[in-house]
Formats: sequence, structure tokens, C-alpha cells
Amino acid sequence: MRPLKIVVLAKQVPDTRNVGPDAMKPDGTVNRGKLSTVFNPDDLHALELALNIKDRIPGTKVTILTMGPQKAADIIREGYYRGVDDGIMISDRRFGGADTLATSYTIVQGIKKIADYDLIVGGRQAIDGDTAQVGPQCADKLNIPQVTYVEEILDIQEDKIIARRRLENGIETVSAPYPCLMTVHGSSPECRSRHAKNVMKYKYARSKTEMRKGDPILEELHKKRPYLVIPEWSVEDIEADETKIGLAGSPTKVKSVSSIVLTASESKILTDSDSDIEGMIKELIKHHTIG
Amino acid sequence: MKSVFVYCEVENQEVAEISQELLSAGKRLAQKLGCPLDAMLFGKDLNGIESQISPYGVDKLFLADDKRLEPYRTLPHAALAYKILKEEDPQIVLFGATSIGRDLAPRLASKLNCGLTADTTILDIGDHFVKQEKKEYKDLLYAIRPAFGGSIMANIINWDMHPQMATVREGVMKKEIFKEDYKSEIISIDPNEVLKDEDFVVEVIARQIEESSVNLKEAPIIVAGGYGVGSKENFDLLRNLANILGGEVGGSRAAVDAGFIDHNRQIGQTGTTVRPKLYIAAGISGAIQHTAGMQDASMIISINNDPEAPINAIADYVITGDLGVVLPKMIKYYKENAK
Repeated sequence: MRPLKIVVLAKQVPDTRNVGPDAMKPDGTVNRGKLSTVFNPDDLHALELALNIKDRIPGTKVTILTMGPQKAADIIREGYYRGVDDGIMISDRRFGGADTLATSYTIVQGIKKIADYDLIVGGRQAIDGDTAQVGPQCADKLNIPQVTYVEEILDIQEDKIIARRRLENGIETVSAPYPCLMTVHGSSPECRSRHAKNVMKYKYARSKTEMRKGDPILEELHKKRPYLVIPEWSVEDIEADETKIGLAGSPTKVKSVSSIVLTASESKILTDSDSDIEGMIKELIKHHTIG
Repeated sequence: MKSVFVYCEVENQEVAEISQELLSAGKRLAQKLGCPLDAMLFGKDLNGIESQISPYGVDKLFLADDKRLEPYRTLPHAALAYKILKEEDPQIVLFGATSIGRDLAPRLASKLNCGLTADTTILDIGDHFVKQEKKEYKDLLYAIRPAFGGSIMANIINWDMHPQMATVREGVMKKEIFKEDYKSEIISIDPNEVLKDEDFVVEVIARQIEESSVNLKEAPIIVAGGYGVGSKENFDLLRNLANILGGEVGGSRAAVDAGFIDHNRQIGQTGTTVRPKLYIAAGISGAIQHTAGMQDASMIISINNDPEAPINAIADYVITGDLGVVLPKMIKYYKENAK
């Protein structure tokens, strides 16, 4: 089997486990500054799927592609630590505020610049929106087939790839020709951990923007080891149409946001005593709730 | 023409539950807008399928009947739906937030270059004033959904790139027959005129669909356990009570993650949304993730060691105590008092 060229789509996301309405700006977009960030969990599964193919077919090249603010360079470094061959950031203030349609347009412009690929993989969905939309939207814009909710790659053949999909009510095995796009389900294997050798090799990988702070030692190192420079693509680099990116290219807008308040009803407070429980059961039977 | 459109899922000549819910929700929106409700459905052996769809008040039903259209595959369904939506130009299009709907809708949104809101739980019609344009947009779709892990609700709108599309979570929209003998105009589409060979490049080699033996959505009584139940064995206590009351057993995400109960019994935002007559929550603290999927129960009993458990706020009866004590007593007094 010939080696494949795989692009992994990965996103840095706010850690959504503990957030309130102050995490949103008045225009309804996410105030990322207020939140700690993590590697989107499903995208880690996608990364593992790609690295697993690389294990099976030596010579396979894995490129990790992310779109986000300066801080998203963490994603590229994390990719290197776990074994990718290449990393690219799409980063420009003008991409900010994008919904899934504008995001998929932007990512596809980046993929078109990479040009040569057999397989694109990404997580099923990102925890900051849970929309699961960007994968299929990218597949459409690239005019390639999509295979969503992939749990395992069963076979890699010369002209097609066979995968098992996890559906809400079962599983399905499908074959798809190259190039195609897969979104990876969280039930697939967890991502391998960082490799110490890779951490040593790439810990000084920095994007141009990160280098702007001016660190002579790092600059010297980057001159000697150009692979430490993380490419950072702007609107112009990916030849994006400015009407299709950022807020301007996003049809969906957040009209309003509200916190969920549990509706307080009048509760009857009981103990576990026999009389309390018998009383409740009798009431339930009387009101035909049970019985 | 202004209309509300529903993409219906079908398998083995049965229209999916979610699609019937969407038709009901779509009809309510169409009535608010004073416009028709239309639907599309692609599958095989569809003769007579309209009897499952028309009663929801569907005006035009677009059918494509071909054995290659079942089971669902993305590309042929997307090509057919695209052609119909392009020609019909509806205002609103609804899909189920299912494996199928969440696969199809984004691909279509990209083709149509329009907005799509995922996992909506509330649909409404309303206006919006756009400051930059100094213009009031009337009769927009309000697609309201939980966001940020369920800690907030966001109202998503889309005024400039039509249609307005949304996927809707299963079990949240009430199913409602509009008129038993409602007549739909049937429009048959010849798949051969729309589809090309390259639409069939992805092949389904094998499928294993679990017959859903669990029907949490229809259960009038649910006894649900959380992490606080403590073990798989302790769930037998809940099972006993559910059996005697004629109910089903469910679990919170934490209980499922801990392996106490099967994932197909999970209740909450990432599981099933339920609205039973009686919901008994045992050892469930009540994260929004969970309460979002059960708060519409007519009556809620919370059994918890912690008197401050958040779920107590929405419970009708709060029993502070150990479920190992409380559940057997409930069984005992039910047996004694039920006729």
C-alpha cells in the first residue's frame, strides 16, 4: 500500500465545563479570553486515527491544521509532540467571529493551499458548540465524500478505505474512495500520549506572531532549525474572500443568551421514615400518578 | 414561495419518530407564518407512505423512491434535497438532530450557503432589528438551543442568507396529528434525473442496527439513577421499583459513564429527552446536562442524601435519605396501598 497524505483538522476550544453568561460578549460571540483552553477532545481521537494509519503504512504524512488565535499554536505543538509531520495555523483577526459556514470556507481555503491529500480527518464535533457541522461542510466545499462518526479504520486499500461508523442506534461499515473526509467519534481509541523525544525536538516550535516578542536565543534556534517555525496563514495567504469569512461570512447570529434557571417548584420535603413514604405513595395513588 | 420544509427519515417503510415530531413542530411554525408545510422523504418501497405523513398537515410531499436511497447515504440524499430546496426556496427547513440529520444538514447548508443551527430544543417565530441596517426583519425563525455544555440557552437567528435551517433534538417537540384525513399533494421525483454515478461512490457494506428494546420516551414512569446509586448491583433496586410501577429504568450521564447502566438508557442532553408522568430521580445531583432532558416530567421525586442537590429545586417531592432504604419502602407501601 502506498503511503497516504492525511490532514488532521483540530481546534483549540474553551473548556466548557464551568462557564456562565459572562463567557459571551454582547454580540453573542465567545469571549475566549475569559476561558482556559483545551485540545478539542474529539479532535484528539481524529489525531490518533491518523497516527494509527501512519503506524500501519510507513511513509504516511500527517499534517495538522488548525484555525484560531495566536494561542492556537499550542495545538500544533501538541500535534508534533504526539507524532505529526507538519503543522499549519490559519490565523488572522479577520477570521474572528466565524460560524460553521465561514469556518468551513476558511479551512477549505487552507486545505486547497495544502493541495495534496488523500484523507482529511477531524473530530465529530467541538465541545464549544457541539454542532458537528464543519466536517461535512468542508467535504461539500471540497466536493469529496464524507464519512461521519468513524470509530475504526478496518482496512486501507489502494483505491478505498473501509471504516466502521458509530450511529445512535447501531454501527455501519462503509467504504469510501480517496480523497474523502472523515469525522471521528469519541468512541474511537484515545490519543496516544506525548513522546518525550518529540517534546524535546519541538518544544521551541513557535509561530511568527509568537516570535514577535523578540527572543534572540529562539530566533537563532529557528534560523538553524527552520522546522521549528510554525507557518501562520493569513487571509491573503489562503486567498480568502473577505465577504465569506469572520462575522460577515456567518449567516447565523446569536440574538440573545440566557442562563438556565431551574424553575423552583414547591417541593414537599420528606424524610426516609415509613410514615413520610407511605404518605407520599398514598398521594400518588390518589392522584392517579401511579396505580 | 414562503414555506416550512421538513426532511423526513424513513427505514423499512416506517417514518422515523423524530420526523413525525418535526412535522408537528413545522406545522405549528407554518400556522404562525400562515404558510404551507412541505416535506421530503427518500427511501425504497414508499407506496402509501403518505398515510404516515399527511395527517400532520403536510401540503406538498416530495418523494423519491429507489432502492439505492435506503439505507441513507449522504451524497444521493444531499443531491435530491438540494434540488428540491433550490426550486422550492422555503423559508425554514428542519432536520432531526440524529445521525442522519447531523450528517446531511451541514452538507446542504454548505451547498445552499445558508445558516444552520444545531440541536435546537425550542423553535419559535419572531422579529429582529438589525442595528447596522436600521431594519426590522419580521417573522424570523428563532432556533433556541443549549450551548456551552448546557449552561446557557442561545437564541440563534439568521436574517440574510436563506433558508433558515435547524436540526432539532429528538423527543423535545410534541407529536400532534393535525387532521387525520388531510390531503397532501404528492410530487414524485425520478432519482435517475437527479443522481449521477459519483453520488454512489460511498458504499454501505454492513449494518447492524440495534432494535431499540428500550422506549424511554413513551414510558409513563421512569426510575432514573445517578452516580449516587453507587454500583451496577444497586441499580436492581431501581429496576424492582420500575417493574412494579410499570415503568422503565434510566440513568444520568455519570451513571452511564461509570458503567452502572447501558448508554441507551441515558437521559439528558446527550441522551434521550423524556417527559413522563412520574420521574423518580435516585442519587442524581441534577447537572443541567441531565435536568434539560427530564424537567418537563409532570411529577418529579428526588431521592438524595444531599438535601442541597440541585435537582431538588425542580422536584415535587424531595426525600432526603439513603436510596437503599427509601426504594424498598416505596415498593412495600405501593404493594400495600395499590388496588
